[in-house]
Amino acid sequence: MRMDLIQPFIGSLDAVLAEMMKAPAKIVDLTMEEEGYRRKGMAASVRFRGQIEGRIVLDMEPRAAAKVAGYLTDSEVDPAEPIVPETVCELANMVIGNAATQLNDRGFQFRVFPPEVLTEEQCAKAGQDSEATILCFETPSGNVHLNIAMRYHARRSRERPPVSVP
Amino acid sequence: MKEFEALTRKNDKQPVRYLIVDDSVFARKSLAKMVELFGGQVAGEAGDGRTAISEYTRTNPDIVLMDITMPQMEGIEAVENIVREHPDARVVMVSSVGYQDNILAALQKGARHFIQKPVKPDTLYEIVRYVLNDELSTLPAGAGGGITR
Repeated sequence: MRMDLIQPFIGSLDAVLAEMMKAPAKIVDLTMEEEGYRRKGMAASVRFRGQIEGRIVLDMEPRAAAKVAGYLTDSEVDPAEPIVPETVCELANMVIGNAATQLNDRGFQFRVFPPEVLTEEQCAKAGQDSEATILCFETPSGNVHLNIAMRYHARRSRERPPVSVP
Repeated sequence: MKEFEALTRKNDKQPVRYLIVDDSVFARKSLAKMVELFGGQVAGEAGDGRTAISEYTRTNPDIVLMDITMPQMEGIEAVENIVREHPDARVVMVSSVGYQDNILAALQKGARHFIQKPVKPDTLYEIVRYVLNDELSTLPAGAGGGITR
């Protein structure tokens, strides 16, 4: 997997967590997986298609997600409240949106789809199609995982016209 | 938390009224909290572009904070519809995706400004002051900048 394509997602997650959690985050682990993805906490998935295709999963420990949701209400939020998965979806949306903007500025054309809450059943499917890079960020409120599975279509980016055969 | 000078309307000194449009409940709550910080009032909320159009007509807000990627009808199409019916509408696009093409399209359809998520209260405050410049009771000083129509 090309690291230059992954880097914007790392920078974007770092920036979004710093803004939304008002606390530093640091990468504590990086792994590669080819098996079905096992959700670790509350997860949201965002798909994208075009010159770059794949999906990103943002997976947060429930107390970390509840902490972010708590900033809205200025009170403690129980991880079981409906606003918590909504929070994970919107954070995923921000992370992917910011990274996609950077990649788009570098000339990569692709479309981002709205985030979806990732259920246990979808998890198995989510990791079957391709190799994924999983980054673990440590925050004061719990770990946040970013699972990135993407492919770059070099042929699509060139968009060559078909060669005529005599 | 930082305090902001309350933004009021020039003609009646009432709080600025906002229409918040985003398919994410989290994003709507987050923006509503900032509106409260600015001394404003949430006139209405919508989770998609189609509802935004009807809510605009129903609530006649001073300003709209509009997401781009939404179900039913996307934000750019909703802006086009709202501005066609209400040429003086003041719409600020609020999106996590800041593609140049998207921003240009929104501005061409009638949006007044663009702000990328995550939204910082300071930035939104300055943009609201800039966009509502002639409608506010206190004149903005050095507000806005960046992208304008």
